[in-house]
Amino acid sequence: MNVLVCVKRVPETGGRVTLSSDAREIDTRYLGFTVSPHEECATEEAVRLIEANGGSSTVLTLGPEAASDQLRAAMAIGIDRAILLETDGQDWDPVSTSVAIVDAIRAEAAAGVSYDLLLFGNEAADSGDFQVAIRVALALGLPCINGVKSLAVKDGVATARREAGGGWEVFEVPLPAVLAVREGINLPRYPSVPGRLRAKKKEIERSVPVARLVGAMGPAAGPEKIRLRLPAETEGRVEILGTGAEAAPAVVDLLERIGVLAR
Amino acid sequence: MIITFVEHDGGRADRSSLEALTFARRLASGLGDSLGAVLFGPEAAAAAAGLGAYGVTEAHLVDDSRLDAYAPAAWGRSLAGLVGTTSPAIVLAAGTDRGQEVLAYAAAMLDTPMAANCIEVRPGEPFEVTRQRWGGSLLEEARLDGAVRFLTIAEHATQPEEAVAPSTVRVAAFSPTLSEADLRVRVVARVAPEVGKVSLADARVVVGGGRGVGGAEAFSELEELAGLLHGAVGVSRVVTSAGWRPHSQQVGQTGTRIAPDIYIACGISGAIQHIVGCKAAKTILAINTDREAPIMSRAAYAVIGDLHSVVPALSAEIRRRQAS
Amino acid sequence: MIGAGIVGNSMAYHLARQGWRDIVLIDKGALPNPGGSTGHASNFIFTTDHSKEMTAFTLDSVRQYKELGVFTQSGGIEVARTPERMEEFKRRLASAHSWGIEAELISPARIKELVPYIEESILLGGFYTPGVGVVDSLRAGTLMREAATEMGALTISAQTEITGIDVVDGRVTGVRTDRGNIAAETVVIACGIWSPRIARMAGASIPLTPAVHQMISVGPVPAFADTVGEITFPIVRDMDTNMYERQHGGDLEVGSYAHRPILMAPDDIPSIAESAQSPTELPFTDDDFDVQMEQALELMPEILRDERVGVRYAINGLLSLTPDGMPILGETPEVRGLWSVAAVWIKEAPGIARTVAEWMTHGTPDIDPHSSDIARFYDHHRVAAHIDARSAEGFNKTYGIVHPMEQWNSNRNVRLSPANIRQRELGAVFFEAAGWERPYWYGTNEHLVADYQKLVMPRAAEWESRWWSPIINAEHLAMRDRVGMVDLAAFAIFDITGSGALDYLQGLVVNQVDVKVGRVIYTPLLNPAGGIVADLTIIRLGRDQYRVVTGGGMGMRDKKWFTDHLPADGSVQVQDLTSALYTIGVWGPLARDLVQSVTSSDLSNAAFPFGTAQTVDIDGVRTLMSRISYVGELGWEIYAPMEQGLRLWDALWIAGQPLGVVPVGIGVYATTGRLEKGYRAHGNELELDFNLVEAGMARPNVKESDFVGKAAYVAQRATPPAAILCTLTVDDPTSASGVRRYMLGREPITTPDGGFLVDAKGRRSYATSAGSAPSIGRHVLMSYLPPEYAVEGTKLAVEYFGERYPVTVAVVGSTPIFDPENARIRT
Repeated sequence: MNVLVCVKRVPETGGRVTLSSDAREIDTRYLGFTVSPHEECATEEAVRLIEANGGSSTVLTLGPEAASDQLRAAMAIGIDRAILLETDGQDWDPVSTSVAIVDAIRAEAAAGVSYDLLLFGNEAADSGDFQVAIRVALALGLPCINGVKSLAVKDGVATARREAGGGWEVFEVPLPAVLAVREGINLPRYPSVPGRLRAKKKEIERSVPVARLVGAMGPAAGPEKIRLRLPAETEGRVEILGTGAEAAPAVVDLLERIGVLAR
Repeated sequence: MIITFVEHDGGRADRSSLEALTFARRLASGLGDSLGAVLFGPEAAAAAAGLGAYGVTEAHLVDDSRLDAYAPAAWGRSLAGLVGTTSPAIVLAAGTDRGQEVLAYAAAMLDTPMAANCIEVRPGEPFEVTRQRWGGSLLEEARLDGAVRFLTIAEHATQPEEAVAPSTVRVAAFSPTLSEADLRVRVVARVAPEVGKVSLADARVVVGGGRGVGGAEAFSELEELAGLLHGAVGVSRVVTSAGWRPHSQQVGQTGTRIAPDIYIACGISGAIQHIVGCKAAKTILAINTDREAPIMSRAAYAVIGDLHSVVPALSAEIRRRQAS
Repeated sequence: MIGAGIVGNSMAYHLARQGWRDIVLIDKGALPNPGGSTGHASNFIFTTDHSKEMTAFTLDSVRQYKELGVFTQSGGIEVARTPERMEEFKRRLASAHSWGIEAELISPARIKELVPYIEESILLGGFYTPGVGVVDSLRAGTLMREAATEMGALTISAQTEITGIDVVDGRVTGVRTDRGNIAAETVVIACGIWSPRIARMAGASIPLTPAVHQMISVGPVPAFADTVGEITFPIVRDMDTNMYERQHGGDLEVGSYAHRPILMAPDDIPSIAESAQSPTELPFTDDDFDVQMEQALELMPEILRDERVGVRYAINGLLSLTPDGMPILGETPEVRGLWSVAAVWIKEAPGIARTVAEWMTHGTPDIDPHSSDIARFYDHHRVAAHIDARSAEGFNKTYGIVHPMEQWNSNRNVRLSPANIRQRELGAVFFEAAGWERPYWYGTNEHLVADYQKLVMPRAAEWESRWWSPIINAEHLAMRDRVGMVDLAAFAIFDITGSGALDYLQGLVVNQVDVKVGRVIYTPLLNPAGGIVADLTIIRLGRDQYRVVTGGGMGMRDKKWFTDHLPADGSVQVQDLTSALYTIGVWGPLARDLVQSVTSSDLSNAAFPFGTAQTVDIDGVRTLMSRISYVGELGWEIYAPMEQGLRLWDALWIAGQPLGVVPVGIGVYATTGRLEKGYRAHGNELELDFNLVEAGMARPNVKESDFVGKAAYVAQRATPPAAILCTLTVDDPTSASGVRRYMLGREPITTPDGGFLVDAKGRRSYATSAGSAPSIGRHVLMSYLPPEYAVEGTKLAVEYFGERYPVTVAVVGSTPIFDPENARIRT
């Protein structure tokens, strides 16, 4: 089978976020880059699917040249091919992004490469648009399942589960299909040293996507970022539940509230 | 009109949908517009009846037995159809899984953009929203185009509030036009979560032990608590370096990364390398003698005290409640 | 105490032990890991360094870590992939022997036994130190804080940021923080990479730069799965690739000093809040690590080729680099009461803290910190261009094979003698000292090598012919035969003036300074414990005016010693003339003829005796001439205004032509001439570790007036010395393979059968200096020997590159091996 996984390069935040002087980007001077956690899991899932079923996996991203780091990171854990839809580094809105991905998949199809599964993260860590997978699926006429935290593929059918109300909702779709997965579907592996070295030597296939669509220029695109700002400081205050053994009832109340106390 | 996608359970609208309705009502009153709702499923009528309290004047019930089980694309197609017949100015939903999904489908089907997780809307031309990025740690001001504006409202950003004067809800049935393709994706079953052997990586509860545990033997207290919670024990690097626990139980940068519902950090100071491994936990509870320990700035909850008295007390309390 | 990393914690502890109270330890981060370099350090300790000072700090630190119970001994193996490295290991073994460290050279098979997952086929051998280990530096810090707190000495204020340092009249008075201000007479900067920033708040400078050290951690390693604790296998340093590999629990850490130097400006370090991990753990730049990854894979294939073993952690960790690779310790010259303890790594921190705490408390540290003294820097060292250039150049030498005379490539030509242009014409090969470009030998003297032939003791072995030329020995011989001119522009010179000058100097130096105007005094300076701080010459220029002339290398440190002891009443001033005065040395049997030919002053022995100074006009240049010699010849140091230096050089040079004058480089001045005369050099023979009696420098009488260190000195004189400085000659420098080998210094002195000599104070005997003595046709060494060996004619040996060479004690004490009567100087 052929699996395509779409990822997005995002800064690896951890500390307090600061903004660039024009307030349009995060100041990444001190930050590394990664892909969203959901996409890390999507990548791992792609590798596992190919390990189990044979075939080939491809990672695709829309982003600047530097995003080839993220493509190589994916190849380092076992993805076979990488496609970079190279941009100038500006954010692309979700409509334009999905159009570019659809174009790329159609170009692949024209070149004889078809995919049984298109894997996405449920939403990007940075922009959190919750829609690229759906738009791609609709444009390609494929079924799409979001929020996937468990996946089994057998006989041309994908059985996917997602969490809902303390249980699982189960979906079944025929392949080819689009799946947007959630962190927790698997535990992504770390790249091995040979994996990293292999990935360094692999080629990245590049193309330049059609300029993004802005407002009235085509089908309505957006939302169109104007600026970023930081929310009012919400000091993360720890709530002290008590001192010593006497705190036990309050703690167990908390465990009940969270729903982890088995009865 | 502003149409709000309302999710409901047991004949009552979900809290997040009430948040979205409250948001929508304020928006509508600013615009001098009316507030409508769309509901799916067999209990839609019951839920719609309660929406007058939130200022809804018009409720569209999507009446199609094929939609009784959740089918995201078909629900989206229905919403798109409703938009076609009612021409609302704005369609919104709560920023829940289904809210995002159904609106994304409808917006895509109508070739229209959608803004997710908004907290503010400034209607007019241009139409601007403020939305959450990075899970709410950053805000984006954005322009949202389209004949109909699709947006979801970030959960917990609005307090649900009933209207001063409740309205009368006019209920209308809507019969969508659906294709087979729209119905390909739907819930075919619902299953309860399975219980079984708990691994550190996917445990819902992790009881963590650090230097404060003091020695290999004392881990039995943590094991007991973890067992009662069907959880796993994880440890900081200090603990494996001291040889108290095997390397495989290390949580952190060089160990396992965990994302439990709750991480109970016992006697762990909260070194950065450890935090990296457990920061995905939904809740961190710290048990520590030192109120100033770095873990306190990461924890939502804390107990100040010696873990050797707190942890056994927790186990005892859990046993007591389970027995009662 | 600003900074709660390993340094600040150790400092708080040692100050408390020294009796300090009311100490506040401040860090902007949270404890126990406030986010500095300590938090990401790999925490292992290899003990052997060619530097005696660094080794002493490290050994003391290991002892302290053991006492704290945070040291895990794993052993450590430095492995060689090249023959050059194997040679270096022999030299390393010699250093280990000199400093008393147990170590051995081992075969690839033995390496494999100790480290089963290593690929020994690519190795030639290893340098194995069983005492190597790892420490828990965060735990050590906590324990030391706790101990200081228990002593009632310490208040801890974490998550407190320094916003300013108050200085009044050149003295620190307190610090400002975001949580209030603290009055303090003493402030210690122990902030690692932040130190320059903090020092600048007080108007002081700590010349270091943050730099990246890349490290990855891979795991889980199957071979480690069943091991217990942090480490069970020896740490491996892959010296030829500038890397290390060490077990850390279930992981293998791979660190590198091989990548391009990645420096960071201190102001560009992110804040704690801005950092994704910590301010000193920056995002990994994997392109920089590619080559290292391949090299690590070659060495540890069993672990690193395993596809199940993942790269779990990778950082660009920040650490401190300094322009000369040494720590930066001591009170800042700019601000009294403001101390620096910076650029200190885990392996040496507790030892350094003990040293600095002693230094702060009574001024007499046990370990001599002179090479690390912050006062060693001149202003040109404090410039970012210098710091960055040298730190970058030094970074890749972290595991390098560094020749003791190795010169820097970057940022040269910083300080030029007025005669530099002439020296270039003469083909000078320049070595740097204190920024000065000093001719080490002159290419145009090549012809002299033929003149003296075998007397120049040519060197066949590559190592000791590196940074050396037989021309040095030829210049030496020509100077002894005729006359030589030596550029001494690098001297540090300061005038001591004022009504209190005599009393002040009398109270500061060992020898009598109440002498006739025009006398030149050579004197050591002691600390209160009688340790040797410096040796230098002082010229009495007038009743209330003295001129101090000292070596450039420690010039600024000496200056600080003088200014620190100035009386509070303002009756004495110190004026730094280093950049105002140029010095030329003219020495040799024909020196008088040369200078006399360009002056009308009477330079006869009667008119201008040894040990005196006079104003002399030479070809239109008014100079001060001082009749002393560091090379054992008739002649003078001639001081002139810097801007007239070239004129002076030319005048002397032209006058010298009929006499066959030779330009003579520092190779003669600092080594061959000095050694033949048994002159001691600071940093070699003269250190805090030794006293004047041991050094053979005790004069028959002690002057009446009190001076710093007098009581200790008097006590030393009453006690038989534990060791005596001797000059030894190498009897036969021929190696087993028939090559003549010449030691360069720091080699262990042993009995003929290889037994190490240890004196009553536990010090091992080693060559404090080594070099040619062309006039006596021998290679000579100086060494402190226990009294039972300090007997002329005693047969001993010196260990050099794994072989023992026979040596003989030629002279005990300070008598020169050449011209023992000093007839040449006094003629």
